[in-house]
Amino acid sequence: MADKTVTLEIKRQASPDAPAVWERFEIPWRSGMNITSALMEIAANPVTADGKATTPVTYDSNCLEEICGSCAMRINGKARMACSALVENFEQPIKVEPLSKFPLVRDLQVDRSVLFENLKRVKAWVPVDGTYDLGSGPRVFPQQQEANYPLSNCISCTCCMEVCPQFNEDTGFVGAATIAQVKLFNNHPTGKVFKEERLRALAGDGGVQECGFAQNCVEVCPKQIPLTNAISDVSRDVLVQKVKDFVRS
Amino acid sequence: MAAPKIIVVGGGLAGLAAVIKIAEAGGTVDLFSIVPVKRSHSVCAQGGINAAKNLKGEGDTTFKHFDDTIYGGDFLANQTPVKAMCEAAPGIIDLLDRMGVPFNRTPEGLLDFRRFGGTLYHRTAFAGATTGQQLLYALDEQVRRHESEGRVNKYEGWEFLSAVLDSKGVARGITALNLRTMELRSFQADAIILATGGVGAIFGKSTNSVVCTGSAQSAIFQQGAYYANGEFIQVHPTAIPGEDKLRLMSESARGEGGRVWVPRTVGDKRPVRQIPESERFYFLEEWYPKYGNLVPRDIATRAIHKVVYELHMGIDSQPMVYLDLTHIDRATLDHKLGGILEIYEKFVGVDPHEEPMKIFPGMHYTMGGLWVDFDQMTNIPGIFAAGECEYQYHGANRLGANSLVSCIFGGFRSGPNALAYAKNLSAAEGDGGHAAEIQRQTEINNRLLTNDGNENPFKLWRELGDTMSKHATVVRYNKGLKLADEKIVELQERFKKVNLSDKSQWANTSFAFTRQLGNMLELARVIVGGAALRDESRGAHYKPDFPDRNDEQFLKTTKASFTGQPSGPRFEFEDVDIQHIKPRPRRYDAAK
Repeated sequence: MADKTVTLEIKRQASPDAPAVWERFEIPWRSGMNITSALMEIAANPVTADGKATTPVTYDSNCLEEICGSCAMRINGKARMACSALVENFEQPIKVEPLSKFPLVRDLQVDRSVLFENLKRVKAWVPVDGTYDLGSGPRVFPQQQEANYPLSNCISCTCCMEVCPQFNEDTGFVGAATIAQVKLFNNHPTGKVFKEERLRALAGDGGVQECGFAQNCVEVCPKQIPLTNAISDVSRDVLVQKVKDFVRS
Repeated sequence: MAAPKIIVVGGGLAGLAAVIKIAEAGGTVDLFSIVPVKRSHSVCAQGGINAAKNLKGEGDTTFKHFDDTIYGGDFLANQTPVKAMCEAAPGIIDLLDRMGVPFNRTPEGLLDFRRFGGTLYHRTAFAGATTGQQLLYALDEQVRRHESEGRVNKYEGWEFLSAVLDSKGVARGITALNLRTMELRSFQADAIILATGGVGAIFGKSTNSVVCTGSAQSAIFQQGAYYANGEFIQVHPTAIPGEDKLRLMSESARGEGGRVWVPRTVGDKRPVRQIPESERFYFLEEWYPKYGNLVPRDIATRAIHKVVYELHMGIDSQPMVYLDLTHIDRATLDHKLGGILEIYEKFVGVDPHEEPMKIFPGMHYTMGGLWVDFDQMTNIPGIFAAGECEYQYHGANRLGANSLVSCIFGGFRSGPNALAYAKNLSAAEGDGGHAAEIQRQTEINNRLLTNDGNENPFKLWRELGDTMSKHATVVRYNKGLKLADEKIVELQERFKKVNLSDKSQWANTSFAFTRQLGNMLELARVIVGGAALRDESRGAHYKPDFPDRNDEQFLKTTKASFTGQPSGPRFEFEDVDIQHIKPRPRRYDAAK
């Protein structure tokens, strides 16, 4: 198998203003190889398939086991994590591109900080009084834990936002990941103290109403988070909140 | 005097824990991290977090947790800080629970606990098999709250390069590199907390994340900080061998009843599930009847090595053994171990509910790290350290599920201690050394960019990893350690001829990597040199030529300091605090 190779076509862009170019690489195949290890191989030998010297590819990666959420990119047109993308499962040449809905930094690296800003907007935390010892937390029955745990598995990869037709500059939509976090914290016995504020934050433009029910998010989520359920539940709560606020005003 | 300014470097559990304590006390923090903090390596911790809550009616106590930790660490850890950690652990679990960590529950709604290695008690709280992820998120959320209230400034995408020291050697800030714009800058601070994690990259392939290079620790070691017990490297018994990394298969798999075995007949050709019970060699259960599959990691790792390399009983003559969960029902597995089973299935393509997993030991954790005093401060005034990057809590071998508690405890201690130190700090003379340090860093950067040699940094790194994995992991010989040290020196020479294939000044990842590599090489010499000097076997450090623990000579902390000379680091030894528990022989074939 010495001469078996893998062919990749990678979309390169030296900076946000530079033109995009495609580079083709042929690298030695190894069993169990994933896209991130192919990118590491290119770094050790940065030469294109036609023998031209180039630079190592810039991309985000960290844990390489699909839990840190860093290495999201488009592989053969589909948004996914590069570390769990085993090359043997893809038709070659494997086309690798950056996510398209986020500001490009360089090559396959994009700026996804919008998600962390959204999490601030909806107060995605439990407001504990302090970190001093205040005894046990609230009782939580296993059924509740089992409902919340999947929502808490979100790795902030932003794949759900990338594939959402409504996630764009026109709508300002927050995207499925943030909405699922609202459900998580509104479910928590202490976290729900901010329930009304979170729902109001999702009531206006860019809020939950922007969802067009394409259901792409739930299909693409690498952690199988029940995103569409979360969106329906939060939509209903937002509506109820709107009615309450209307009656009160 | 203005409110003290604290810099925290690293946004894993230890760093975030420190940030929260400082913010809560009214201080302001600049938080530096290579990656967005929510993507830190703490997310990879799987199995759980230890605390003697005694919720299973077993009579567990914090003293028993303390004793298990000291005994598991083969008596090398200073006992006073470990005792304090074990006493604080139940309160830490309660706090995490209040922050909303979705810990698994009992039917009554209380925290559930499972067993882990090196103890006979159910002492490990867990959130499925993604406990580290859940804990990190809880702290990340609290930090985001403080950030939105203006007490925390995040510098994500900035890499720490060095400390700024004044003419008296007191820390006055840091220099850091913006990984996008490649801007080099110095930042003022009255105290600094390093919480920069592990050193896995020095071994090439490990269970660690890409950012775990030990670069920050190495940088301040080269500025005068002691590095302690560097030779103590934990090799986790159960990892999935991989092309690019070794993926951890949590100890919780054994905590929930997983069994490790190989076929009794070498080259048994039957499908694995058709091999009858009587023809399976459950070597951990046979050799260690009391603890069985839950012996500490160093013991399990050496047993697997023995089965593979001495008894030649690896599966299909490969360096692999089975980790078997197939006798446990699917619902229990999914509920308690879902996250790790998914990793195995995704990366290996085999369903571990149906077929035993094939695993092998992999480099996992450094017990050694920056030397700190009981207040978490290094020997450089004003630089504190917490988490895996310091040496304090695990002695010669860390027990599973003790790392998360040590990270949070160390972070919680270092934050207030740094604040107290900073409040008493007198003003710096002149610019506190900022201009000189920027100058020094600029020169290092320029050398890297203008070199015209022919060495590729990624290839040098592979050679380093191969050497370290071969000579400085499970089994160590003085001859091999000498070869390793010579190899590192050779790599350091070749490093001077590194030619970067990318010299641009925008998001240049190979430039940042090459700086890390230079630091990795320095720290590699500390690991190898410490191992060479320690002619005994203790915890994870095993020399067949010196198979016994030698308390008379080596019940000591190894302290390395930087010399800048070709001869390498200087080593000295310090007595260990053993005031609470008298050292006794460590054995796991019987109850201790």
